[in-house]
Amino acid sequence: MKQPVLRIEDLHTHFFTDRGEVPAVDGVDLVVNSGEVLGVVGESGCGKSVTSLSVLKLVPSPPGRIVGGRILLKGKDLVPLGEKEMRGIRGNLVSMIFQEPMTSLNPLFTVGQQIIETVRLHRGMSRKAARAHAVEMLQKVGIPRAEEIVDEYPHQLSGGMRQRVMIAMSISLNPELLIADEPTTALDVTIQAQILDLIRRLNEEQGTAVMLITHDLGVVAEMCHRVAVMYAGKVVEEGSVYDIFNHPLHPYTQGLIQSVPRMNEHRERLYSIPGNVPVLSKDMQGCRFAPRCPHVMEVCMRSLPELIRQEEHHSCRCWLHGSSQEDAV
Amino acid sequence: MSEILLEVSGLKKYYPIRRGLMNQIRGYVKAVDDISFSVARGETFGLVGESGCGKSTTGRSLLRLIEPTAGEIRFEGEDITRLSLEAMRRRRREMQIVFQDPFSSLDPRNTVARILEEPMRVHGTGDARQRRAAVERLAEVVGLTKAHLQRYPHQFSGGQRQRIGIARALALQPKLIIADEPVSALDVSIQSQVINLMQDLQSEFGLTYIFIAHDLSVVKHICDRVAVMYLGRIVEITSKHKLYESPQHPYTQALLSAVPEPDPNIRKERIILRGEVPSPANAPVGCAFHTRCPRVMEVCRNVRPPLLETADGHFTACHLYVDSAPASQTRN
Repeated sequence: MKQPVLRIEDLHTHFFTDRGEVPAVDGVDLVVNSGEVLGVVGESGCGKSVTSLSVLKLVPSPPGRIVGGRILLKGKDLVPLGEKEMRGIRGNLVSMIFQEPMTSLNPLFTVGQQIIETVRLHRGMSRKAARAHAVEMLQKVGIPRAEEIVDEYPHQLSGGMRQRVMIAMSISLNPELLIADEPTTALDVTIQAQILDLIRRLNEEQGTAVMLITHDLGVVAEMCHRVAVMYAGKVVEEGSVYDIFNHPLHPYTQGLIQSVPRMNEHRERLYSIPGNVPVLSKDMQGCRFAPRCPHVMEVCMRSLPELIRQEEHHSCRCWLHGSSQEDAV
Repeated sequence: MSEILLEVSGLKKYYPIRRGLMNQIRGYVKAVDDISFSVARGETFGLVGESGCGKSTTGRSLLRLIEPTAGEIRFEGEDITRLSLEAMRRRRREMQIVFQDPFSSLDPRNTVARILEEPMRVHGTGDARQRRAAVERLAEVVGLTKAHLQRYPHQFSGGQRQRIGIARALALQPKLIIADEPVSALDVSIQSQVINLMQDLQSEFGLTYIFIAHDLSVVKHICDRVAVMYLGRIVEITSKHKLYESPQHPYTQALLSAVPEPDPNIRKERIILRGEVPSPANAPVGCAFHTRCPRVMEVCRNVRPPLLETADGHFTACHLYVDSAPASQTRN
């Protein structure tokens, strides 16, 4: 049995706004095993990004706060940890890359300074050794002329290069887990192919576990071993990438997969899920997807189904699959 | 294909780069660099390419929202680049645009009813009562309710806002709609709603679309013919079936191979291009793609390849397919 790098148990991250409490992450359970790529998919507002920010304790507070659950990183719960202890963990054990690299690179420092700062802080390397390390990291992520780029500023680089720099920074301490939040969404498709290739190599060659957050089902199919589908703050289905794409169980997953146009087939009309994503609130009842679901039943409006294991590695949160109606009462 | 609605020839848009004390022109950003294509009535013509390839500049130039530097744009036979601003404004009733960002293209201080009525008011169509009736009909065709009309843009989701943008474009019963990345800002489940809506409207009103997008799967779904752009130039134009089944230009081949398929059972042979798109301010001499092309030849570094018909209805700008380079012919 593989040891999980990350185990999230019943995580609740809520936002406290003028208009009330918003349960952005509403009881999420997730596991990332060592050496695997877990995809977390869902549409805007489903809680996938807030889940990943929660792991690093980077949810802006106020208004956000983790109000319940555990985040076990190599068995150690991060939820009670203070900012000081988290600083020792970020970058070291787990690091993160974001959609827009420009907002996470400091425009006032050269690329090299930003990597050097990290490794000196965490590893206590000498300035010279840290610089050599920085160049090595840049080379590793496929940056040409790394010796020169190390002294350049972020604005001098293209989007694809900046994302490479972000990746170089985030792997400079050789973390166990890399969280990538929409890492290629802002990039062109040929550059996306380069960056995905790089992330895959890191995973295969270094064994870095990856939690890949994306809305792009193509990226998921191509990159991930396992997939968790999120909807309205909850995981609605989880399974191997083959389970999810070949026999999706949850009506939302089925709808999502059918909505995407594909290059290798022609359909006159795309399937579309009617309606819109619900506004999250504390008083939601029943299955979150019920108002849009083609198979909706009476019980769905009343009571929230559990995430139930269907096969060894395939779970689904739906009254059609396994939840007995007695549970609802 | 039937009658030509729009014919573009030699379209260019150059932006001067000014530097120094005297503000001298030191060069040009060639955003659109001599492109030609035509669009038949009732078809959906796709313009695809990566950021900076000039596809949006092309779209805007066609409506003269950006004034082209050179070239002809014939709409129903009339060269609209020669029209006075006033005549062009009247002509735009027939040519409308839908923008990518439904958040920034709707005036936040106006109700939906007012947003939809405005084009009709500006162009003096009907009286107040007729316009109100027209607004209600527009809302209905794009799937909004009467109650929505009194609300403001911020009260809508992205998908609904894009419906408003589409309704506004339809207000003057145009012949041509230029849709610039109309679904890229939308979630997957909403994206398919909007695509289906656009297809329904096309058959209902006999619209012609120019569909600008970077998402090749969406383009494949909605378009009849597709032009692929790279650094301000068209490198390939053909029907979507030919483009996706037998792409000829090495750039098109790489682009198509780079698209991740939403199917884990497919393992694609991927062409990973090296490097990045050069700056349009300093485009490579010869073929613009030669710096990244896996099949580059000597001639590519010096001579710009013309867009030639390389197969029936299939146009490619690549030296691999130029007759005068017979050595390369055998490579296919």
